[in-house]
Amino acid sequence: MKKNFSYTSLSVLFGMFLSACVTINIYFPAAAAEKAADKIIGEVWQLEENEELDDQ
Amino acid sequence: MNRAILYLFLMVLFFVPFVGYAGEANLEVNTPAITNLKQSMQARHAQLAANYENGAVGFTTDGLLAMRDASAVSLAQRQVVNSLISAENQDRNALYREIARANNHPEWEKEIRATFGQRWIKLAKSGWWYQSENGSWVQK
Repeated sequence: MKKNFSYTSLSVLFGMFLSACVTINIYFPAAAAEKAADKIIGEVWQLEENEELDDQ
Repeated sequence: MNRAILYLFLMVLFFVPFVGYAGEANLEVNTPAITNLKQSMQARHAQLAANYENGAVGFTTDGLLAMRDASAVSLAQRQVVNSLISAENQDRNALYREIARANNHPEWEKEIRATFGQRWIKLAKSGWWYQSENGSWVQK
């Protein structure tokens, strides 16, 4: 019974450690955010159309 | 003891895909709420653009708009411009919050706001005004 308890607590601790690793790994995706921002700003300011007109 | 090691090893295997998945990041920006905000801001832009041109309105570092030079607009127009700014800021705040929420990371709102703050300024036309880090207004 005592042995079972130590396995359980050990695995719970290890699980917590792993979730912490996962959490740390989820960093803020700066490059993706910049891309998303540019896309939204382009739509709000209708920049793509202007750039296409400039190219012509 | 061997069983415990095997058990831990299996747990590691179980978590590996999650760790791998977290590395590939792409922001979700196609939700109905975000689309609505974009449309609302797009409709407002024609009115605001004139105020960016004449320097009445400028971009702040926190991704919002502020009245820079009220004397650039007539007294009668000033209230209109003020309500445009406050409506736009409301949409922008909601946009940053919605993007963070759509990606299941409400705590990213601050970083998203900062990213937008830089990109609005970066994509602004020359002649438009923005606030520098120390608070002074700069013309692009």
